[in-house]
Amino acid sequence: MSISATTATGEGGSLGRVAREGLDSTHGVVLYMEDISVSFDGFKALNKLSLSIDIGELRCVIGPNGAGKTTMMDVITGKTRPDEGTVYFGQTIDLTRLSEAQISTAGIGRKFQKPTIFEHHSVFENLELSMKADKRVRKTLFSSLSSAQKDSIAETLKTIRLNDSADRVAGLLSHGQKQWLEIGMLLMQEPRLLLLDEPVAGMSDDETERTGELFLSLAGKHSLVVVEHDMAFVEKIARKITVLHEGGVLAEGSMSEVQNDPKVIEVYLGR
Amino acid sequence: MTGGISRRLYGPRGWAILALFCVAVFGVMPVLNLAVPADSPFHVSAYWVTLLGKIMCYAIVAVAMDLVWGYAGILSLGHGLFFALGGYSFGMYLMRQIGSDGQYRQPMPDFMVFLDWKEFPWQWWNSDSFWWCAMLVIVVPGLLAYVFGYFAFRSRVKGVYLSIITQALTFAAMLLFFRNATGFGGNNGFTDFRRILDIPIATPQTRMALFAITGATLIGTLLLARWLTTSRFGRVLAAIRDAEQRVMFCGYDTVHYKLFVWTLSAVICGVAGALYVPQVGIINPGEMSPANSIEIAIWVAVGGRGTLIGPLIGAGLVNGAKSYFTQAFPEYWLFALGLIFILVTLFLPQGVMGFLGKKK
Ligand SMILES: Nc1ncnc2c1ncn2[C@@H]1O[C@H](COP(=O)(O)OP(=O)(O)O)[C@@H](O)[C@H]1O
Ligand SMILES: [Mg+2]
Repeated sequence: MSISATTATGEGGSLGRVAREGLDSTHGVVLYMEDISVSFDGFKALNKLSLSIDIGELRCVIGPNGAGKTTMMDVITGKTRPDEGTVYFGQTIDLTRLSEAQISTAGIGRKFQKPTIFEHHSVFENLELSMKADKRVRKTLFSSLSSAQKDSIAETLKTIRLNDSADRVAGLLSHGQKQWLEIGMLLMQEPRLLLLDEPVAGMSDDETERTGELFLSLAGKHSLVVVEHDMAFVEKIARKITVLHEGGVLAEGSMSEVQNDPKVIEVYLGR
Repeated sequence: MTGGISRRLYGPRGWAILALFCVAVFGVMPVLNLAVPADSPFHVSAYWVTLLGKIMCYAIVAVAMDLVWGYAGILSLGHGLFFALGGYSFGMYLMRQIGSDGQYRQPMPDFMVFLDWKEFPWQWWNSDSFWWCAMLVIVVPGLLAYVFGYFAFRSRVKGVYLSIITQALTFAAMLLFFRNATGFGGNNGFTDFRRILDIPIATPQTRMALFAITGATLIGTLLLARWLTTSRFGRVLAAIRDAEQRVMFCGYDTVHYKLFVWTLSAVICGVAGALYVPQVGIINPGEMSPANSIEIAIWVAVGGRGTLIGPLIGAGLVNGAKSYFTQAFPEYWLFALGLIFILVTLFLPQGVMGFLGKKK
């Protein structure tokens, strides 16, 4: 893997500034959410949600449909602003004040529930565009790929098993391959924290298995938050699980702890 | 690269076509117009020089429009405004060049004499300077586009809403320019130009020089646009068109990307407008009519969005048809235009370029 856990450095400019400050993770926490509430027309999608993710942790988040899992990711990545509460990346970066692009540059990568890739670009170009680089207009006008960058794209292509499809138009990939491409795009960003919203939906068993292996290999160097419905998958990769229900945390713990929690049995697993 | 977006400026075939175009504009046309005697069947008349020059101005606009619509996915229905502002900016200089040769033999433009104005209004400050007006040609459309774009893109106005606002913008500007008090000649606009850089404007040589400059600008615009769209910047633009949110989550501040290409496109339109006015000999608020801006979008759709060369061809085809129709059946042009648009939308969604590409 070419992915390094070091913080972005040396990128100038307004976006780069966030990254240059670096992630202050002295307390071993990469993401810290406290009392987050989000409501849509009076309906509370998130209700005083508090959650923290440790450095290098692989956290699985489960919960019934509508529990607020995607909304939580929207809040972390700046797509939705919380009505109340705080979200910190490390000790110092207040995510509620940053734009989507700044949050990404700071080191948070996100995979959407519905795979979103650039359908008209080639697989290679998808990776090129998401690659960690100075992403200001005047830099992209004159940029060309260094050989180190080409190598890192080639390595990611290998990781996501699309090295034979580098020049294919991404829209022609299978659903599972698109999911992998989006994961590859995340890896190219070299994020500290990866948010993965239902990453194995629509994958074959074999693909699911390999995705699980990939995530386990990423944990440690990166922190991961995986939202998934596929309980077999969660069981395979999970160390710590958070159960969301009606916009708040219902339970947290190991798989067996969560499975034996009466509240969880009632609302989710027991059905 | 077999898939995705080309990284090359042009292949051998592209350069060959471009070279042929240069030979036609800078070699064949001047010879046939200036050197071949008027009674020869090979003579190209002033009518054709002006018509082709005008169409090349439109082609420049079409390429600029393709940059924002075809690549960045921003459908502007107000690009005629930027064109007209460039035209008016340069038109002021042309009005000043008339000197005291107007109807009233006064040093001020006729319409000002007619309104009994004794002094130039502030907008006309320094307008007797060629370089000042040439600068306005770039700055006025550019600044307006920048300010408009800044607020629109920052507030994430997009899609049909943005199109409607641009349409309203050009309409409002048209109403403003219709007023005499605005200081730009009201509904008559500017006309009766005599000179440019103190050279008489209506001579065959001046006409041919303007024609050649327009041709060079068209080639320059095409190459610039092609260079932009084959750079990583261009790939980001196309990504914004297809999945803007994904681009933001990749760490790009998409507002700046859109703002850059939008402003550049407006500036190019302004330059085209400035080249148009001395060749056609008139600029009036009609250039800002909503229908004019819609027509620009039609050229691009007919040629094929996101191909640059397609919109250039589209502008040529539609305007060629227009000059034929408006002479042969003047009442039917708008119907014909509507029909062309419907047919292209239904049967040639990729425009002429898509059709040519399929046949290959
Ligand atoms: N933009 C929105 N407008 C209105 N309601 C929304 C919006 N986004 C999410 N919701 C609602 O918030 C709740 C949580 O949604 P979501 O976070 O997508 O749940 P999950 O991902 O856990 O299935 C759902 O009831 C959903 O209908
Ligand atoms: Mg969801």
